[in-house]
Parts: sequence; C-alpha cells; structure tokens
Amino acid sequence: MYKNLKWRILSILIVIFGAVALAYPLKEKISLGLDLQGGMHLVLEVKVEKAVEASLERFADDIKRDIGEEDLEFDRIKAIFKNLQINIRMVDAFDLPPVKKIMEDYVVFKMVSEDSDGLGLVYELGQDQVKQIQQNAVSQGLETIRNRVDQFGVSEPTIQVQGERRILVQLPGVKDPERAINLIGKTARLEFKLVDEENSLQEALSASPPEGSEILYQRKEDKETGLVTKEPYLLKQRTVLTGETLTGAEVRFDGDFNEPYVALNFNSVGAMIFHEVTRENIRKRLAIVLDDNVYSAPVIQDAIPGGRAQITGQFTSEDARDLAIILRAGALPAPVVILENRTVGPSLGQDSINKGINSIIFGGALVVIFILFYYKLSGAIAVTALSLNIVLLTGALAYFGAALTLPGIAGIILTVGMAIDANVLVFERIREEIKLGKTVRAAIEAGFSKAFRTIVDANITTFIAAVVLFQFGTGPIKGFAITLCIGIAASMFTAVFVSRTFFDCTMRQKKLDQLSI
Amino acid sequence: MQLFKHETRFDFMGKIKAAMIISGIVILIGLGSIVFSGGLKYGIDFAGGTLVQLQFKSPPDIEVIRDGLKTIGLGESTIQEFGSKKDILIRVERSEEKLEAVGAMVKRSLSGKFNSDEIIVERVEMVGPKVGRDLREKALLSILYAVIGIVIYISWRFEFQYAIAAIIALMHDVLVTMGAFSILDKEFTLVIVAAFLTIIGYSLNDTIVVFDRIRENLRRKGKLSLSEIINSSINQTLSRTLLTSGTTLLVVLALFFFGGEIIHDFSFALLVGVFVGTYSSIFIASVFLVYWASRKTAHR
Repeated sequence: MYKNLKWRILSILIVIFGAVALAYPLKEKISLGLDLQGGMHLVLEVKVEKAVEASLERFADDIKRDIGEEDLEFDRIKAIFKNLQINIRMVDAFDLPPVKKIMEDYVVFKMVSEDSDGLGLVYELGQDQVKQIQQNAVSQGLETIRNRVDQFGVSEPTIQVQGERRILVQLPGVKDPERAINLIGKTARLEFKLVDEENSLQEALSASPPEGSEILYQRKEDKETGLVTKEPYLLKQRTVLTGETLTGAEVRFDGDFNEPYVALNFNSVGAMIFHEVTRENIRKRLAIVLDDNVYSAPVIQDAIPGGRAQITGQFTSEDARDLAIILRAGALPAPVVILENRTVGPSLGQDSINKGINSIIFGGALVVIFILFYYKLSGAIAVTALSLNIVLLTGALAYFGAALTLPGIAGIILTVGMAIDANVLVFERIREEIKLGKTVRAAIEAGFSKAFRTIVDANITTFIAAVVLFQFGTGPIKGFAITLCIGIAASMFTAVFVSRTFFDCTMRQKKLDQLSI
Repeated sequence: MQLFKHETRFDFMGKIKAAMIISGIVILIGLGSIVFSGGLKYGIDFAGGTLVQLQFKSPPDIEVIRDGLKTIGLGESTIQEFGSKKDILIRVERSEEKLEAVGAMVKRSLSGKFNSDEIIVERVEMVGPKVGRDLREKALLSILYAVIGIVIYISWRFEFQYAIAAIIALMHDVLVTMGAFSILDKEFTLVIVAAFLTIIGYSLNDTIVVFDRIRENLRRKGKLSLSEIINSSINQTLSRTLLTSGTTLLVVLALFFFGGEIIHDFSFALLVGVFVGTYSSIFIASVFLVYWASRKTAHR
C-alpha cells in the first residue's frame, strides 16, 4: 500500500510546480475577458450581396465599353441585381453574333436565354464567381478593418472571420467606443461627382431627379445638441474619380483659421483624371462624397495638376484624423452592419473583478470553516486538496490561454462548492465502513475504492453539460464552461489521488487505530 | 461531528404522493405564470435590442431620463435602477445596426438635463434581431444536446430507465426554476441558459450518487422490495446529499450577495436550482424508478 508513496508524492509535487510555473506571475499569464478589463466586442456582418452587385455593375460597364469599341450599337445593357443577370439589347439583329463573340471572353458569365425577336441576350453570373466575390469581400473587409484598427492604436485587438460573412472585432480597453465604431464601420467609399447645375434642385426635390442625376445630402450635426440637419445637393450620377486612386491622406491645418482638413494625394492615373476633370469644369462645383454623404462641394477655380485635393468640413481634429485613417486604409469592399456590440467600461470591469474576488474569498472561507469543523483532521486534508485544486485550475487557465471572465469567476466559485463533494463522498463512505467495524486502514481503502466509481459517474455528467456549454457559448459563457470543465477534472485528481496520498502519509507515520473524521 | 448519529430511516417512499402533489402545484403555478405573462421574458440576447448602463454622480430622476430619451426616438424603452440609485439600466428595443453608438446617443440626449461629466456610460450591449434568433436556437439546441449526451452516458453506465428517471428529475428542476423566473419577472439571457446547464449537471450529480447506491444495494438484495431498497439507498446517501448541497449553497449564496448586479440573476438561478435539484434527486428521480419497475412486474 505504501510502496509507491514516494512516487505519488513526487508526481503531486511536479504537478503543483508545473501549475505554479504556468500561472506565475498571475498578472501576465491570466488574461482577462473584455467584461473584466473593459473593452468592446463587435460582430459585424459584411453585406456581401452589395459587393456582388457592385461587381455586376462593373461587368456591365466593361461590356458596354467592349461593345462600343467594336462599333456596335446597343439599345441598353443593364445589370439586373435580383437574379444576377446582365441584359443586353442591341439595335440590329446582325450585331448579335459579334456580341456573343465578345461575351466569350467573359468566362464567368453563362448565356441563359435569347430574346425571341433576336435583339436581346441574357447572361447570368456563375455561382462560383458569386461565392468568390463574397469571400473576397469578407477577407478584404477584414484586412481593411485590421489596417484601420492598427492605425487607430489599440493594444492586442482580435479581428477574425466568424462563419461565412461575419467579422469579429475585439478591442480591449478602448476608451471612446463611438469613435471606434465610426472608424471600423464606415464603408469609406470616396467619390468625386460634379454638381448638376443645368437642372433645378427644387424641381428635382419636388418631383424626381432628372435622368443621370441624383440627390445626395450633406449631413451636419451639432455636437452639442445632437441635432442633425441635412442639406440637399443635385449631383451627376457619374463618378468622375474614386478613392481607389488615393495614395495618401493626412491631416493638415488651414493657415488662417487653424481649421483641420484632410489632404489627399492621388496616384498618376488619379492625378491625370483629376487634372482633366478640373480643367474642363472650371467654375463648376465638384462634390466630394463619402458613403453617399456630401462632405463639401467647392467651386473649381482652376485646373489642378499634380494630383492633390483636400476635404474640408466642420471637423474637429479628431474627426479629421479618423477620416484620414479611414481613407488611407481604403474602402471596405462592401458595407457592414453591426450584429452585436458589447462594450464594458474600465471602471465597471474593475468593479466586477473586486466583487468576484470578494465572493470567492467569502464563499471559500465559509466552506473551509464548515469542512474543518465537520471533518476535523480529514477536513484539513480536504481543504488542502481544495486549495491545490484552485492552483491547478489557475495553471490550466494559463496553459489554455483562456480568458478569465465574470461568469468564469462564478465557475471557479462553483468548482469550490462542488470539488468538496468528491471529498464528502469519500469521507462519508469511510465513516460507513468504520461503522461496519472495519479497521481504519481497511475503511480508508474501501471508502476510496467504493466512492471512486460514484465520483466518476457523477462528475462526467456535469462534464458533459459543461462541454456542450463550451461548444455553443460565446465570450464570457465560454469562460464559464472552461473553468467548470477544468475544475471538474482538477477536483477528481485532487480529491481522489491527492487526498488518498495524504491519508496514506498520515497513516504511515502514526499507525492510527482511530481516524479524525 | 455528524449530521445524523445513526443511519436514518426516513420513509421517503411513503411521502412520494405528497411530494408529487407539491411539485405538480409548483410547476403548474410556474407554467401558469409563463402563459399568463405571454411566454418567457427574453433579455436582449434572445429578443434583440440594446442595453445601456449609466452611472450618475448623484441619483437622477428617472422621469427626467425618460423625457430626455424621447428626443432621440429609440422605440419603447424601460428604465430601471441597477443595484443602486446611481446606476441606471436603460433597455431600448432598437438595435444599432446602422453603426450608431447608442450609448453615446443616450448620453447626448441627456446632456440638456444633466452635466455630461456627471454621466458615465458603463456598459452597452446591443444584439441585433438576427443574432437574437441565432442565439435562441443555439441555446435550445445546447440544452437538447446536453440531455442527449447525458441519456447516452447514463444508459451505458446504468440502464435506460435510470436515464429517463434522471431526465425527468432534471426537467422538473428546470421547469421549477423557469417558473420562479417568470413569477419574479426576471429576464432570460444567455447567462441564464448557462446557469440552467449548470443546474442540469448539478442535479444529475446528486441523482447519480443516489442511483449508484441503489445499483450497489440491488446486487446484494435479500428479500427487500425495490421500493425498500430505494428508500434505504436514499437514507444512506442522505448526509452526503445534504452536505454537498450545503457547501454548494454556501458558495452560491456568497455569489448571490457579493457577486454584484451583473451576475445576480445567474446566482439566483443557481440558488433555486441547487435547492430544487437536491429535492428532486431524493423524491422525483426515485419515484419514476419505482413506477417503471412496478409496470414491468405488472406486465409479467
């Protein structure tokens, strides 16, 4: 019975040292969940269908260009978003075969039907391509958001794809959640559009805008009262230049009033287009539009060579800085919406930590006092096993890199209550065996071996529930499930193996004929 | 020290009828309350919506907050104190899909009424309707999977009828706790589902200890009937059952009183669950074992 006692003590010591080494120093090794350290947890959904639509629109433009280059005359070429098709209507039936020839280059499209009058063709975007576009939208969106967050400066952010079209963003310790949301969530589609000065804005507002024009608004927000006013603009629908040709964006300050603005730099293609547009439209107004919001619409004074432009508006310097970050990081390939947002301020997190620790200490103390009182010396063994259990739990948490959450703390507390159960099972069994008249040694032997099966069965069912919880839970709940799982495993080790070894140690030294239990 | 000096000889099986009636009434009251209040009261995790927790320097007037909120039109809102008079929890129906920071909006809407550095936005939780639906589905599935896993395990270690008896006992626990939540007008959230799964695990733990003893006693049964064996098994494990429930209750009580407002409902669910779980492993699970056995013998 005592033969391998040395080895058992040794292995227990190794496990303890291992756990301590893993968990020391606590502050560095145990990471806190967002609910404890404060921060922001966002789940975004990428509107991938928008990316598909944009891509279909681009294809339609390319096809128009190709057909025009062949000197063929088309009636209309239209992207139909609903069924992801492009309808081509020609003026002359003789032009159909060359169009079909052109369309052979567009391998991602498949012809689905031909109009009965021989003038029209319908092409459909292949499903593989649709999937590809959607996947790209999500992965590019992720990259863009990562760029923005990196420039915003948050330590240890988590940004990852979740499922097919969701992006999880976790920003620990973020101080201004509103700013973070604006920074992450803006699509940042930058467009330059000419103001439609041939038609009347009033007419367009009362009826509908003329063909080829649209109404967009300049949104002005009073920071004090939160009142939002909207000023309408009648703009030409055609985008003359987009943010894709940007090479840089930075905050500058206006010399006269010290007002911040964002200075833009275009690449050579962008610079060329910008030069051309400004040259041909002197004294007209050019609107700078971001995500369908008009930022400003200055009058073009002169042709602007060199590829420089600026966005002015009523910015605070923070606004301007964020706008520059967004423009530098580039536009999201598709807009995103927030599906879930959980933000905890730092003071509440600290409050939760304090309360959690208080309840661990208080609950633990109650259990310890009760067990010592009830089981005397054997109770002391149980308490030692229990504290060991918490050491192991901490070590395991550090090893798995599991973040400690508020429900996780509750899991630890619950483990304390339930870990004692294994000891209680053994001790009650030993008492019964003693009552049956067995010697102390035999009673301990029988107590442990009979209780063991019960302990395993009872704990495994709780374990099953905890594993399921881990599978389905998110964030804090996962933390709870992990602590519960580890706690159960640790309690089986401490209550059965460690307590048994302690019992054997005391028995060997004293050769007791009475047990303090 | 011992809870009981000698092995107890309580006649648990004789009290079964009374226990069934009490359980039945409690469950009926709970279900009645759920039906009466038009189903379970979902928190934002399952229903979607936004929660904003604010801390004020000094206790604010809730009516003033209500007036302020009207200006931004966030839909139906409920405003309540959260733990102290300075902490206010605002729940609005709308979720902020459109990239608005509701927390900041709420704070701004109150800026005419309160000094803005008197208000701290402590917590914002927004769940969109789509995610709410997902989470609801996941929560139901998780309970289902847990139950299936447990049935398989118990059927393997014991027998199928033990598994069914255990499941009935834990359904009893969940129903009673759910009823308590409905009567006290508490909300169902993800964390509460976590508490329910813990209760399931805990209640089973208790039940299995009793079953294990029944199985052991059945092996060396003399002329005792099943009912008598079950009764003495419950008696033999009684002090263990009470001790473990006692220690678990101690820590759950600590959590309930010192754990803070955020996990208050969670600890409440555990409190009820541990209490009911102990009761059900003594009275409910065993009843169905006896019932099952008597039907078997009647068939013979």
